[in-house]
Amino acid sequence: MRPVIPYVTAALLFGLGAYGVLRRRNAVLVLMAVELMLNAVNLILVTADTTVRAALPHSGQVFALFVIVLAAAEVGVGLAIVLQLYRLRASVAVDEVPLTEPPAGAPVAVGTAAADRPEASTTGHPGAPGGEAR
Amino acid sequence: MTGADVLLLALGAVAVGSGVLVVTTRHLVRAGLYLVVCLGALAGDYLVLTAELVAWVQVLIYVGAVVVLLLFAVMLTRAPIGASDDLDRPGWPAALIGGGAGLGLAALLVDAYRWTAVALPEAGTAERIGGEIFRSWVLPFEVLSVLLLSALVGAVILSRPDIGRPGAGPSSAARPDPAGRSTEAAR
Amino acid sequence: MNGPTLLGVLLPAVPLVAGLLGLLLPPSPRGPAGGRDAGEQRARRAAIALGVTGAAGALALAVALLATLDRPVEASTTWVDLGGLRVTLGVRLDGAAALVAVAVGAVALAVQVYSIGYLKRGPHDDVDVDHRYPPYAAQISLFTAAMLLVVVAGDLLLLLVGWEVMGICSYLLIAHDRRLPEAPAAAMKAFLVTRVGDVGFLLGIALLGVSAGSFRIADVLAHDHSTGTLTAACLLLLAGVAGKSAQFPLHTWLPDAMAGPTPISALIHAATMVAAGVYAVTRLYPLFEAAPVALTVLGVLASITLLLGALAATAQDDIKRVLAWSTVSQIGYMTGALAVGAPGAALFHLLTHAAFKALLFLAAGAVIHAVGTTLMSRMGGLRRGMPVTFWCTVVGLGALAGLPPLAGFWSKDGVLAAAQAAALDGEGPTPAWVGWLVWLAGLAGVAVTAWYATRLLLRTFLGTTRVPLAHPHDPPGTLRWPVVLLAVPAALLGFAGFAGAFADRLQPTPPATPDHPSNLLPAEPLVHLAPSVVLPLVLLLLGAGSAWIRWRRDPAADPAAALGPLRPVFAAAFRLDDVQHALVVRPARALAATVRAGDERVVDGAVEGSGRAASGLGGGLAALHRAALPRAAAGVLAGALLIGLAAALIGGTS
Repeated sequence: MRPVIPYVTAALLFGLGAYGVLRRRNAVLVLMAVELMLNAVNLILVTADTTVRAALPHSGQVFALFVIVLAAAEVGVGLAIVLQLYRLRASVAVDEVPLTEPPAGAPVAVGTAAADRPEASTTGHPGAPGGEAR
Repeated sequence: MTGADVLLLALGAVAVGSGVLVVTTRHLVRAGLYLVVCLGALAGDYLVLTAELVAWVQVLIYVGAVVVLLLFAVMLTRAPIGASDDLDRPGWPAALIGGGAGLGLAALLVDAYRWTAVALPEAGTAERIGGEIFRSWVLPFEVLSVLLLSALVGAVILSRPDIGRPGAGPSSAARPDPAGRSTEAAR
Repeated sequence: MNGPTLLGVLLPAVPLVAGLLGLLLPPSPRGPAGGRDAGEQRARRAAIALGVTGAAGALALAVALLATLDRPVEASTTWVDLGGLRVTLGVRLDGAAALVAVAVGAVALAVQVYSIGYLKRGPHDDVDVDHRYPPYAAQISLFTAAMLLVVVAGDLLLLLVGWEVMGICSYLLIAHDRRLPEAPAAAMKAFLVTRVGDVGFLLGIALLGVSAGSFRIADVLAHDHSTGTLTAACLLLLAGVAGKSAQFPLHTWLPDAMAGPTPISALIHAATMVAAGVYAVTRLYPLFEAAPVALTVLGVLASITLLLGALAATAQDDIKRVLAWSTVSQIGYMTGALAVGAPGAALFHLLTHAAFKALLFLAAGAVIHAVGTTLMSRMGGLRRGMPVTFWCTVVGLGALAGLPPLAGFWSKDGVLAAAQAAALDGEGPTPAWVGWLVWLAGLAGVAVTAWYATRLLLRTFLGTTRVPLAHPHDPPGTLRWPVVLLAVPAALLGFAGFAGAFADRLQPTPPATPDHPSNLLPAEPLVHLAPSVVLPLVLLLLGAGSAWIRWRRDPAADPAAALGPLRPVFAAAFRLDDVQHALVVRPARALAATVRAGDERVVDGAVEGSGRAASGLGGGLAALHRAALPRAAAGVLAGALLIGLAAALIGGTS
């Protein structure tokens, strides 16, 4: 078994993930690219389990399991955030998220803004197409 | 070059190819489906590398749960079915960084391992991995369980804006809410 | 503390207390209109009482001091001991001090009484009542106290205190009339110009005190200073003297100070401020005598001042400015007498000048009070309406011009005789050419003085009335009596020079010690009746006669027209103000503007610029931090890549 093959596969996948995180505008696609990176790490961990003889056997695979659990949690929270963002702004484009403190009465930020301020949530972002327009 | 190497090469080619498609396709839904292919190929890789349990968990959790969640999210955000034009931003810094990271890591690893061969260890069956986890890694395991719980609670709170807001009683959930309405309409 | 010492201590204390109490009075009481008038009247009465009491008390004390003082008295207590320097609180009383104190007290009393009437309606016949009488009277009292402190001070620092208080009081009093646009500027000018001299005075005192190890005048006089120190100190002191006594080139403030009320002009010119410089020199005369260079400088300055003032007086149209320039000129006589080694003559002239100049100013104030203008071109023919004022002015002008047997004749003759002796016989501490200079300048000054005195008299009181004024009248009692009473010493004080006791007192005689014998004046008479007296008399007649002839020919014309093209030059006092403006004021202003611009642009710019740069930098950094997710992610990943690259390279090489 030539460990260089899965290693290179993992490296290329990690690069693809990084590229996707930076390239993609849609938050869901960004999350997918993050999954790619995480899987690349997993592949490295599992491959390293075959090449590196650790004091504890199968540590790499255990770590890979842990990372899978982490990824699950991350996807759960991340998707919740994405949905909330979509609910507030009717858009999931990550580069349209305002970062400055909005004027009083406007929604503050992702996840903390108020859904009980409907007039601000629809008029505060004129660039975003309305939900019914799509 | 053994059969394992051939398998690894083929699966790796599939994984990388579908990964490329994940980050370049202009169809949101297809991206999710290519991700399934990629993750499945990785699961095959794990199998070849004798990590049985990891492979099955990969299939169960990633392919079965995470990707399904992602596809749900694609639908909930009312993504168009066809090709979208506004998915990408100017790509040269992304290409630079992604290519740099991937090729740099690949170069490092190639330089480190060359074309050496190693013997595969004994298979990481559920019994062995379970024994390791509950013998050597039980504390991180418990911490992870707490992490999962808190992620669960956090996701619930995030998706329920009427929770934890001062002055927001049960009545506020019933107030007219265009965004909320549109979400419901999407459902 | 024996009698004379107590009197000497009380002398400045009484007007000081009166002045400080007067400052507590409300300048313009608040309240309803009726009560306000009543309150103001009450405050005014209290101020009058305080001022007159202070001045009268000072005069009484001075007279008592003069009567009881039979020999020089010195008393002091150590105030501060600064290492090798001793500062004392003390009085140093001699005959000259007592006489000058009497003059100060008398003039102050006259001015206080005169001000009651003069400021009632405000200067320039303004209907508006002067609401600021209490501080005015208090400031006069303080002024008097400061001058008396200078007179009796036994310590140079104490003298300096009085000297400076006079400066600030003159500033306040010149600026008293706030309705005059030029008054604040004139006050500022007086203050600044005298300050320039005061710096020199302060340095001179410091030099003397450090050299002698004590600031007590007796110690300073007794100490054997090195010639260089002495010359430097005396020259520095002369700067202060020139400032306070309005000597060239620091004389420019005095004519402008006419913006102050007329009684203040009388006070400043006659007895207090300008006399202080001359008096300070006589106090320290032994030092000056040992520094002939300083006396030579003084003689040159005195000659210039004397002629400059007299010539400038010829062309003025403002009656007060004529008198102001005549003061400059007369002070020139005094300093000239000091330069040729006759401090007695200088003090004598100081006393007579105090009498006749106070008289002239107060009489001029009466004229201004009656006519409502200070310009002589709008007066004329006032003799019929105001005979008392006229005759008093005649006495004063006669004394000013040196008409025998009035006071000014004797004292001026004393000065001229001393200068003549210095010139012809080489007597005196300075070279003979200084004597010649002072003598010739003095003689020329006699003629010019007579000319402008005659012109003043003719233009103001004789001839036809140029302004149809219904009833030019003699002033009321409070204004009249000080004038009339001052006419007496102005006329008769000269005869005191014949009295041996008077002459003896005027010679400044420090207590002679065996190792430091008094090498002061030999007991020479103050009054000379030599054949040379004829010379100034002839010049006097020449000057007065030429003005008179000119006037006879055309009573309506100004005799100053005879000056022809020189008239504007004289009127502008040889344009020295402009010279001063160009040489001092403009560069100083330019420097100030430059410094200000530098401060605003460079210093402030640096401060504000650093602040702006910091906040700009912070804003930039904040904007950098406020990156949207893609850019932040790109940054993080690029950073990780770079770190990894660096680790790979460094790890690979090592």
